[in-house]
Amino acid sequence: MNPDLIERTRLSASLGYMMEDYVRAIDTDDLERWPDFFEPDCIYKVTSRENVEAGLPFGVIYADSRAMLQDRVKSLRDANIYEGQSYRHLIGRPWVTQVDGETVRAETSFMVVRIMRDGQSTLFATGVYQDVLRVTPEAIRLRERIVVCDSSRVDTLMALPL
Amino acid sequence: MTESSRTPWPRDDLTRVPYWVYDAPEVYRQEQESIYFGPVWNYLGLEAEIPQSGDYKTTFVGDMPVVVTRAADGGVHAFENRCAHRGALLALKNKGRAKDFVCVYHAWRHDCEGNLLNATFSRGVNGEGGMPSDFDRAHYGPRKLRVTTLCGLIFGTLSDETPPIEEYIGEPVLARLKRVLHKPLRIYGTYNQVLPNNWKLYFENVKDTYHSSLLHTFFATFKVSRLSQGGGVIVSESGGNHVSYSLTHQGGEDSEFDKERLRANQEEQFTLQDKSVLNIVDEFGDGCHVQILSVFPGFVLQAIHNSLAIRHIQPKGTEETHLIWNLIGFEDDDEQMQVTRMKHANLVGPAGFVSMEDGAVGGFVQRGSAGSPNESTVVLMGGSSTETSTSRASENSIRGFWKQYRQLVSL
Repeated sequence: MNPDLIERTRLSASLGYMMEDYVRAIDTDDLERWPDFFEPDCIYKVTSRENVEAGLPFGVIYADSRAMLQDRVKSLRDANIYEGQSYRHLIGRPWVTQVDGETVRAETSFMVVRIMRDGQSTLFATGVYQDVLRVTPEAIRLRERIVVCDSSRVDTLMALPL
Repeated sequence: MTESSRTPWPRDDLTRVPYWVYDAPEVYRQEQESIYFGPVWNYLGLEAEIPQSGDYKTTFVGDMPVVVTRAADGGVHAFENRCAHRGALLALKNKGRAKDFVCVYHAWRHDCEGNLLNATFSRGVNGEGGMPSDFDRAHYGPRKLRVTTLCGLIFGTLSDETPPIEEYIGEPVLARLKRVLHKPLRIYGTYNQVLPNNWKLYFENVKDTYHSSLLHTFFATFKVSRLSQGGGVIVSESGGNHVSYSLTHQGGEDSEFDKERLRANQEEQFTLQDKSVLNIVDEFGDGCHVQILSVFPGFVLQAIHNSLAIRHIQPKGTEETHLIWNLIGFEDDDEQMQVTRMKHANLVGPAGFVSMEDGAVGGFVQRGSAGSPNESTVVLMGGSSTETSTSRASENSIRGFWKQYRQLVSL
């Protein structure tokens, strides 16, 4: 194996560790931790492959600061009404596409099953996280996470984040 | 439930709606015929979706699949997405560009206006087979819709009786539509929200101004939208079209809410950490920042803060509805405006701070009423009027919907 490949594999494992923690925060209803995976100045967008391929910039969710993500959590807790539900994320291994100093780009597949209060479990979303991450010895944080869903359909509502 | 066992619905009553209208298969079938094929303008899409000659998109009129095209002369056409031969779909993509439409099954070829050009081997092969000698391909094209455009919107109808679109919408509602769609449009994004309920429950929800600050507590918590703030509801003479709008709230406590001891006023105040989501550009110059407009039977135009969107209500059986969102702006939006619209889009849609509840509440009614097909929903706020009203604590526009519905569908 060439050194570059070894380095990328190592990096992928580190990113993967962080991403497992990210989905755990959502799946275990520890949503208050979710914004902490982002830099204060960040982009979080949920969109679809259809929009991305057509060059259309808007999606279902758009935030350009960690504060907006914290507001979303606060809104979900205190203002919005939705039936009891939880997610189960399954994520693939991060595929590192670019390394530039402490800035790393990676793509990671995900599947999300949504479990409703009556026990109904459905495949809610599949897609890829297109990430720009800041990797330092202290932490790995998201500078940008574009959640590209494979389908443009959203069933009923998307209360919890992906 | 059979037609004969259900509770009759008094002919002139718009203040009660029996629950069987939301789940009876025979009602759904009758709607297909009486509404979507009847004297209505069905929303088909945006001109901006098919800007060039040869561009097409596929959509639905009720259950009927439809192709919408821009022909060589620049005109917009629409025809049933069904080969008149064996009934297969002619266009298999959501969007595309085509010189012609060739059915994949037996290669019957159609032009962009829906005319059948050629039925393959209609004269047979080696002198054998083929169509009878009196076969006239003019009679074997897909069904065509009469198409009209208005402010960048495309509508189609299957009835010769449908009046011109301006007349159909009615002047007061039309003026509020033109207020928003006053210059060339640009499409920013799309998605399909699948609703677990009958299409009528969603259309009623759109027309229901009474629920907005009660179900949706995001605005209420910030004292942005209250029933006590200025605004009104305009209902077209037909009843089926409406617009509701509110003027900017002056802020401060809302004593009307305190009196009712509502959820939104009892919780601790929470403030946004990033208030940019509420920064509004007064783009229409009239201080009105929330407007919802609907045109029977499937069109909604939304202008909530600077989030502009078209929502197309598509029935998919008695208990499923597709809500196709097109988030829009104007061709001359600068980069800043684009970001503002993108942020305000957080307020609406399936993940919208303000209105995510609308995705679920129709399903709550569908499930809640499942055991009571012979009971009725109550639509009494504001009496029995279907008139324009200055109060949003009324259900006039919902009754207006049923007024036009009942004119078309005899139940």
